[in-house]
Amino acid sequence: MTQRIFVPRDASAVSVGAERVVRAIEHEAQSRGLAVEIVRNGSRGLYWLEPLIEIETGGQRVAYGPVRPEDVAGLFDAGWLQGGTHALCHGPSEDIPYLKRQTRLTFARMGVTDPLSLEDYRSHGGLKGLERALAMKAEDIVGAVDTGGLRGRGGAGFPTGIKWRTVMNASGDQKYIVCNADEGDSGTFSDRMLMEGDPYCLIEGMIIAGLAVGADTGYIYLRSEYPEAWDVLEEAIITATREGVLGDNVLGSGRRFELNLFKGAGAYVCGEETSLLESIEGKRGLVRAKPPLPALQGLFGQPTVVNNVITLASVPWILAQGGEAYKAHGSGRSRGTLPFQLAGNLKHPGLVEVAFGMTLRELLYDFGGGSASGRPIRAVQVGGPLGAYLPESRFDLPLDYEAFTAVGATVGHGGIVAFDDSVDMAKMARYAMEFCAIESCGKCTPCRIGSVRGVELLDGMMAARPQQSNDDALLRDLCQTMLDGSLCAMGGMTPYPVLSALDHYPEDFGLAPKRKEASA
Amino acid sequence: MSSTNQADLLPALHQLQEKLGYIPDDAIADLARTHNMSRAEVVGVIGFYHDFHRTPPGRQRLRICRAESCQAMGADALAMHASERLGVEFGATTADGEVTLEAVYCLGNCACSPAVMLDGELHGRVSTERLDAILAEGRGT
Repeated sequence: MTQRIFVPRDASAVSVGAERVVRAIEHEAQSRGLAVEIVRNGSRGLYWLEPLIEIETGGQRVAYGPVRPEDVAGLFDAGWLQGGTHALCHGPSEDIPYLKRQTRLTFARMGVTDPLSLEDYRSHGGLKGLERALAMKAEDIVGAVDTGGLRGRGGAGFPTGIKWRTVMNASGDQKYIVCNADEGDSGTFSDRMLMEGDPYCLIEGMIIAGLAVGADTGYIYLRSEYPEAWDVLEEAIITATREGVLGDNVLGSGRRFELNLFKGAGAYVCGEETSLLESIEGKRGLVRAKPPLPALQGLFGQPTVVNNVITLASVPWILAQGGEAYKAHGSGRSRGTLPFQLAGNLKHPGLVEVAFGMTLRELLYDFGGGSASGRPIRAVQVGGPLGAYLPESRFDLPLDYEAFTAVGATVGHGGIVAFDDSVDMAKMARYAMEFCAIESCGKCTPCRIGSVRGVELLDGMMAARPQQSNDDALLRDLCQTMLDGSLCAMGGMTPYPVLSALDHYPEDFGLAPKRKEASA
Repeated sequence: MSSTNQADLLPALHQLQEKLGYIPDDAIADLARTHNMSRAEVVGVIGFYHDFHRTPPGRQRLRICRAESCQAMGADALAMHASERLGVEFGATTADGEVTLEAVYCLGNCACSPAVMLDGELHGRVSTERLDAILAEGRGT
C-alpha cells in the first residue's frame, strides 16, 4: 500500500531545506523498496519545527521535525512509516499543544490539505460559503459579514460590512474587488501562508465579495517578494477557471467572476490602498488624497472593494457557518479570530490563530516559548514597522483593536516581533525613520522630509551618547508634525515606533531613565 | 508589447527585466509609445519601484532582509559579513560582475529569521557560515 508523507511546499519550509528532504525521502524509500506518495501541503505554521514532515498512519498524521536530509535514513530505521518513536517525533500533529490550543477558523485547512487540489478543498469544507452566497441576496451577504463583526485584517481594522455596503450601493458601470496581497510588514507572513497553503480560500472569498457588491472582476496585487505564492495562485486560478469556480458561470449559477493576478514591484507604500490602485493602473505608487474613497472611486475610477488577504479569506467561513458563529469568538468590538504571527527573537515562532482577547504575554511565552537567545525579552513590536514598541509592563494588554489604540499602539496585521535585551532602541527608532525615508512615496512633505530629518536627529542623539542631547524635544515635535500632517499611515504612523522607543527606553537615547508615567 | 494601455506597463517592465536583468535606455521610447505615455512618465514609473533597474546587475542578485524580525535575529551582523566578504556596499555589484548585493525589507520568512534571497531562492535561519555556503554554491565553486 502506498503511504502518504506530507512535506510542506511553503516558502519558509523550503527555505530551511524541505526540497532536500523530499529528495532524501524519495531516495531512501526507493532503495528500501517502499512505496510512498509525497504530498506537498501547506505549513502547519510551527516554523521552529520546519521542515515538519507528517506520516499518515493508523488514521492520523504523526509529526517529525525539524528534519534534515541526513536524518531521513534514521527515521526510516526507527519505523516512522508506522509512527515509530524518534528524537524528532512529536506524536500526532493534532495533539501538539501549539496547534491544539489554537482556534483555527480561517486557517482550518492550513497544512492539512494539498493547496492545489480542488477536491481536497471541497472535502474540507471549501466552497460551502460560496454555495450559500449564490443562494442569497446581495444585501444578506453583506449582512452576514456585518453580523460576524469582521474588520479589515490588513491593519486599519475598518468594518468590512460597511465598506462592502458602500460599494454595493455605489453606482458604476464596472465594480472591482481588489485583494491587497502586498504584505510588506516585517513580522507578518499570514497572507503568504494562506496564498501558498490554501489559495482557493482567498479565491472563494473574493467571489463572495463580488456577489455582495456586484463586481465581476477581481485583482490580486501580490508583492514580487513572494514568488512561490505567485506560482500557487497562478495555478489555482487556472484550475478554478477550468473547474467552473471562476469564469462566466460560477458553480453553474450564471454569475460571472474573473480574477487577475498582478505583480507588485518592491514598493512598501503600495500596501496603502490608494497607492496600490495607482500601481495597478501602471503609475508611480503615489498615495491619493481621500476623499474620494476607493469604495466610490477606486480602480480606474470605479467603485472598488480593497481588502487584505486574510479579510477576504475569513469570509468563506463566515458565510458557511453564519455571522453569529464568527461573532461568538473575540472580545469587545474585536470579533472573531486573528492569525497572529510570532517572529523575531522567539523560541517557537509561527502562526497562531486565536480569538481576540489573548494577552501578549500568553502569545510570547505560552506559545512563543520566550526568547530564542534565552535572554529576557525587552521590547516587542506589534503591527509591523509602523507599530509601537511595547515594554514588559505592557505584556498583559489584551490583543484587541481598541485596547491597543488606547495606549497609542496598534494590532495591525497581527505581526509580533520580539527583541531580547541586546537591542538598542535608539537604533530601532532610527531604523523606523530610515525605513520611512526609503519607502515614502514622496507626495506629502511631513513624510518625505520629516523622515529624513528624523534620521538626522537620531544620528545626532546617538553620536552624543552617553551624553544627553537636547534634540529629543525637537524629535517629539517632528513626530507630532508627521502624525498630524501626513497623507497616509506611512508618515502618519512612523512616529509610533519612534515615540514608544523614546518613552519606554529613554536610557538608550542618552536621556534620563524612564519617567513614571509614559504615554505609549 | 502591443498594448496601448498604461495599465499594462508594470507587467511589461517585469517581463523586460526578467529577460534582460534591467530596463535598457533604448527600450524607454518603445515602452512609452506602446503604452501611450511620455518617456518621462515611463522613466518616472521605473524610478519609483525598487525592483526595476536601469543598469545591468551582477550575474546573481543577493538580497538580505534588513527589516525588524531579521534584525532581532542578527541580520545586521549578517549584512556586514556579506558586504565584507563580497567587498561591496549595499546596492553595488562586485568588481567581477558576479553578485549584486541588495537590501530587502521583508521576505515573509520572519519565523525563520534571518532571511536572504539569492536570485529567486529563499533561505532561512541564515548564519554567516550558511551564507558563505549559499554564495559558494551559487558561484558553482
